Amino acid sequence: MSDTPLLTVEGITKTYGGRIGCAVVAFDLWPGEVMGIVGESGSGKSTLLGCLAGHLSPDAGRVVFDTRADGPRDVLAMSEPERRMLGRTDWAFVHQNPRDGLRMGVSAGGNVGERLMAVGARHYGQIRDQALDWLDRVEIAGDRIDDRPRQFSGGMQQRLQIARNLVNGPRLVFMDEPTGGLDVSVQARLLDLLRGLVRQMGLSAVIVTHDLAVVRLLADRLMVMKGGHVVEQGLTDQVLDDPQHAYTQLLVSSVLQV
Amino acid sequence: MSDYNFAYLDEQTKRMIRRALLKAVAVPGYQVPFASREMPMPYGWGTGGVQVTAACLTPEDTLKVIDQGADDTTNAVSIRKFFQRTAGVAVTERTSEASVIQTRHRIPETPLTEGQILVYQVPIPEPLRFLEPRETETRRMHALEEYGLMHVKLYEDIAKNGAIATSYAYPVKVEGRYVMDPSPIPKFDNPKLSGTPALQLFGAGREQRIYAIPPHTQVISLDFEDYPFEATKAPHPCDLCGDDGSYLDEVITDDAGGRMFVCSDTDHCESRRAAGHRGRMSPKENAA
Repeated sequence: MSDTPLLTVEGITKTYGGRIGCAVVAFDLWPGEVMGIVGESGSGKSTLLGCLAGHLSPDAGRVVFDTRADGPRDVLAMSEPERRMLGRTDWAFVHQNPRDGLRMGVSAGGNVGERLMAVGARHYGQIRDQALDWLDRVEIAGDRIDDRPRQFSGGMQQRLQIARNLVNGPRLVFMDEPTGGLDVSVQARLLDLLRGLVRQMGLSAVIVTHDLAVVRLLADRLMVMKGGHVVEQGLTDQVLDDPQHAYTQLLVSSVLQV
Repeated sequence: MSDYNFAYLDEQTKRMIRRALLKAVAVPGYQVPFASREMPMPYGWGTGGVQVTAACLTPEDTLKVIDQGADDTTNAVSIRKFFQRTAGVAVTERTSEASVIQTRHRIPETPLTEGQILVYQVPIPEPLRFLEPRETETRRMHALEEYGLMHVKLYEDIAKNGAIATSYAYPVKVEGRYVMDPSPIPKFDNPKLSGTPALQLFGAGREQRIYAIPPHTQVISLDFEDYPFEATKAPHPCDLCGDDGSYLDEVITDDAGGRMFVCSDTDHCESRRAAGHRGRMSPKENAA
């Protein structure tokens, strides 16, 4: 394991006028580590993720990423071409709604191949082989490769989105409620798949969710947010089994037991 | 002459268009916005091309107008008449005699020479438009040279049809930088875009964009390593002039499956026939 964190977040603050989006958030993410961010709606977790992934520009703070070529660099100070290049190579973003992350008018194979072609792959046969390989890894039958995402079920669309994002081996994946809107059995399979891929590829990930079961299964560490502030962070089972902050206690106890 | 200003447009407008043209020539393949004017014809009939032609014309010019290769179809005839009336310039149907050629969807078969200007009418100048509907995003993609998406389109073609089925408006890369829509010319004409001694100007009136390929510019058609670009045409010789190297139109001649293939470039076909070439369906020579 290397001795520099993959991602260092320092004092990220984003306000919407007078309202706080997220305030002075800081953490380190190490290679191969999965960080969960939980909190209720409006707690600032999506704002935080947007700031980290470069979709929003924070008002203050630094996001330092350990790039392959030049070592740790402040992502927010990068030029736009560099940041977008990072977004196509070392980073990936899985949206809550697959329709935001997929091209609905383009076949499954084209969706998976887009990132490859974006970084210069120009051999149809190889692109298709890799697309087939990835469809197989996310449990989509190979004969669906020329179907459009519209013809897929919600769970398949989400798995396709994951394949599309992981196809060129990113090192850091941002996930915004990856299991939102799926029924429980499909959720379970998706989580199983994600856990396998994360372990197998040694991915680091930042997962935003309101579902404690998701972080219990996937995340090594957990950050609990409320009103834009981080109220508690620590190892996942430590936070979930022995919550210290009043809000975390409320959150943990409000999960339905069946 | 008439009461119109030379070539219909007022001098300030022509000046504005020439500025856009200069910028377009300086940055090959880059789409330069310009303040397109209302022209006395509907959008889609070549308002962009007409404005570019008007800005380029001088009283000494000889103008040729072609529509799908033909000199005698409605669009070509009406635009030619328009400039005859408003500019009083000489007109011709001979490619080699023209100094300015306005074209819709074809490049003449006769190789162009230095000093000639070829003006294209362009319906949709943005090659990425059907993949990415947001103009802000496509401009950013051009600026940052993010052209992976163009290959997604070609990938889809192969996945669906087994080959790159795009047969017109085939995307090209100009001088290793901008990806450009060559207007809806057949891909048969794509190789002629590259290295031409003539100046090629593109005008899109409704979309308000002008772009250009300066003389002797490298233009490469996009493709995959294992599915290379192919300039295709109907595998027949012309039925009137017998040429098997020119781009052909298929003409249905009856309701019993009868058809003939003729050169789409009428000037090319006529000059070959004048030189004595004959095709399968040429009228029999009069023995008398």
